[in-house]
Amino acid sequence: MALVLNEEQQFLQDTAREFLKTNAPVEALRTLRDERNKTGYDSALWQQMAELGWASIILPEEYGGLDFGFLGLGVVMEEAGRTLTASPLFASAVVGASAILLGGTPSQKETLLPAIAAGETTLALALEEHNRHKPHSIATTAETTDDGYVLNGRKTFVLDGHSANQILVVARSAGDTGDSAGLSLFLVSGDAPGIQRQRTLMADSRNAANITLDNVAVGPEALVGEAGQGWSVLEPVLDRGRVAMAAEMMGIALECFERTVAYLKEREQFGALIGSFQALQHRAAFMQTQLELARSVVLQALSAVDETPEQLPLLASLAKARLNDLAQLVTNEAVQMHGGIGVTDEMEIGFFLKRARVAMQVFGDTSFHKDRYATLCGY
Amino acid sequence: MTAADRSSTVQDLEQFRLDVRQWLEDNCPESQRQPITPEEQYFGGRNATFPSEDARIWFERFRDKGWVCPEWPTEYGGGGLSPQQGKVIKEEMKAIRARTPLYGIGIWMLGPALLEFGNEAQKQQHIRDIIDGKVRWAQGYSEPGSGSDLASLQCKAEDMGDHFLVNGSKIWTTAADKCDWIFCLVRTDPDAKKQEGISFLLIDMDDPGITTTPIELISGESEFCQTFFDNVRVPKENLVGELNAGWSVAKALLVHERKLMSEIGSDSPREVVVPNQAARQYLEFEDGKIADAELRSRLVDYDMEMHAVGLTHFRTFEEKVAGVRSAAPLVMKYVGTEAEKQKSELLLAIMGSQGLGWEGEGFNRAEIDTLRLWAMSYAMTIAGGTSEVQLNVIAKNVLELPQG
Ligand SMILES: Cc1cc2nc3c(=O)[nH]c(=O)nc-3n(C[C@H](O)[C@H](O)[C@H](O)COP(=O)(O)OP(=O)(O)OC[C@H]3O[C@@H](n4cnc5c(N)ncnc54)[C@H](O)[C@@H]3O)c2cc1C
Repeated sequence: MALVLNEEQQFLQDTAREFLKTNAPVEALRTLRDERNKTGYDSALWQQMAELGWASIILPEEYGGLDFGFLGLGVVMEEAGRTLTASPLFASAVVGASAILLGGTPSQKETLLPAIAAGETTLALALEEHNRHKPHSIATTAETTDDGYVLNGRKTFVLDGHSANQILVVARSAGDTGDSAGLSLFLVSGDAPGIQRQRTLMADSRNAANITLDNVAVGPEALVGEAGQGWSVLEPVLDRGRVAMAAEMMGIALECFERTVAYLKEREQFGALIGSFQALQHRAAFMQTQLELARSVVLQALSAVDETPEQLPLLASLAKARLNDLAQLVTNEAVQMHGGIGVTDEMEIGFFLKRARVAMQVFGDTSFHKDRYATLCGY
Repeated sequence: MTAADRSSTVQDLEQFRLDVRQWLEDNCPESQRQPITPEEQYFGGRNATFPSEDARIWFERFRDKGWVCPEWPTEYGGGGLSPQQGKVIKEEMKAIRARTPLYGIGIWMLGPALLEFGNEAQKQQHIRDIIDGKVRWAQGYSEPGSGSDLASLQCKAEDMGDHFLVNGSKIWTTAADKCDWIFCLVRTDPDAKKQEGISFLLIDMDDPGITTTPIELISGESEFCQTFFDNVRVPKENLVGELNAGWSVAKALLVHERKLMSEIGSDSPREVVVPNQAARQYLEFEDGKIADAELRSRLVDYDMEMHAVGLTHFRTFEEKVAGVRSAAPLVMKYVGTEAEKQKSELLLAIMGSQGLGWEGEGFNRAEIDTLRLWAMSYAMTIAGGTSEVQLNVIAKNVLELPQG
């Protein structure tokens, strides 16, 4: 039964909710922001999350993983969305781990996966080179040398890029900018000579970096997947990321919506609770209809990762597009329905609004995924 | 349930699927495996005739197999099967495009309500007749003055000792002129609070004092009637549930109606045109993409919406089976019927002037049906509770917002 959580997943969800509410509420993100924390997340918290097994949730047991599959990951992502918890969960445990799992050599898997699982090593994917998601528009070059490769280029919007131990760099070893053929993936140490990492402070107060690669030399063992065939690894990795991000956005939308509905029940104007006004009721009820539809597409996309990967591209685009739209709708309405207090920094609603905008750009906005969905449908 | 139990159920269901497939293969006549036209839909009833000999054979075999209402108890003629099995039958029928042998709101709405609220005698008298297609039912809820505000209804039934005396009028009674019986909401206590003075009555339409007049719709069809009750005597035993407690029966029945309407389109008698196929037929393409970017964008929106709606239907089913409560069923009427309207509008845009044919020369069957379905799609966001009322229901029952 793919669209209903089983007991284990339900239990995981309850645990995650309890843990994050106590240890990493929205207030914690505010503190990280106000203190301009260098890492952008709380390392001690991340260690605790790893001890709970969340860094290894999708990894097979042979690599120290929990082997809970993507539905399991989804419930944790959703809860992290509710609390806006900053951590390398997405960049490292989902995207990084998936890349190694799907494209890594046996020795890469053996060394990296257990370290990722333990939360000791974190990965970041350096893909984007533009202000909008264009996964095969890659100008970063990988030239073959006698001892391996030399990488040159600039990357932007690298989530957790300034703090990750290892950077997965997408570079072109052949072909023209825009081709999906000719791409290769390389694992580069975060402090390799020639790498410059500049942390960017973005709307959501989380971690992204611009990275410059200036004649960065790597050995042949740095290659993940086959040279020039990186797209076949990258595409499913991106889809897994999209689905996981959609699950986080489900949490963002749900939490923001629930807070708003609660506010409608306590705020009084014109001698009445504002929630009794039909104009607001209908808008709230409409959001509920969209939340229900979103819930189904997220669950189906998550279960497709493990059960029907051939359907993943279509379902991932469906989930990301729908959740982009949902997150936008709900966060906008939440601010509006809170009135003046909704635009103050004191109110946490603004944190959801900002996180949603960043999440909406991660691995493709709505128009990117509408175009992809249409293309996959043959029109 | 242990893992072993679960896998054996899955196996049983797979075996059941194979059996269903085989039975359909052996029993469903070839002529009953193509899209049905509105004229060929069989609703049963006292005066009904089958549209063809094959339709009769098909219905009788289906009925004898117990599949008209596969999930109803066997003691009243149902199939006694599980919801999963019922679903398998539907899926396998769909796979070979087998026609639904018997339609009717007795099956969709009244039957489930009677099984829940009716007494033993009522179940014995009516359920089997519904399954056997002997009685065709009409729904007498709305009145000229009471639509969305259904509980304001005025049609009254006075207690005359051994019978009720019914006076008033019902409107939008679908096919009332062809129906044998009607289930009605009537006011039995004019002094009580709105919802508390209503009762649920079963009325034989052959009773003296009942007349019907048809109403024509914008789709050109006139399957709707106004029904008048003039001193109609209804036996006391036709009261379903307690006196003055008809509102709970009415509400339960509405749940079935809304569920049905949210699934509309999946079993339409008309030639159903799928928008992305229509796009290939009517639109220009450039480099494999629909050249008109705006239409392409609307088409993806629709396809994604339907994809999401379909998955949510599937989820509500799985949740029901697993005994999980969720708000999903309550939103389905709204999203299903709104999506259907969106689809009709989109098809008209894709077809351009070819989508505007009312009848006759210059248009094929699919084109004309598309226009008729477009006109019908407006009714779907009204019937069974308007979209606005659905949002009210969600606001009240799911979000528990304060009522003004
Ligand atoms: C195809 C079709 C088949 C039908 N079949 C049957 C049948 O077999 N038997 C039967 O009894 N009835 C039937 N009906 C009637 C149907 O249930 C009513 O039409 C429906 O409940 C709406 O009532 P109304 O038409 O009086 O509209 P009204 O209630 O007058 O509504 C007019 C407008 O006001 C809005 N409105 C009303 N109240 C509110 C509110 N509280 N908040 C916000 N907006 C509101 C409505 O949404 C609508 O937009 C059928 C209707 C159709 C279209």
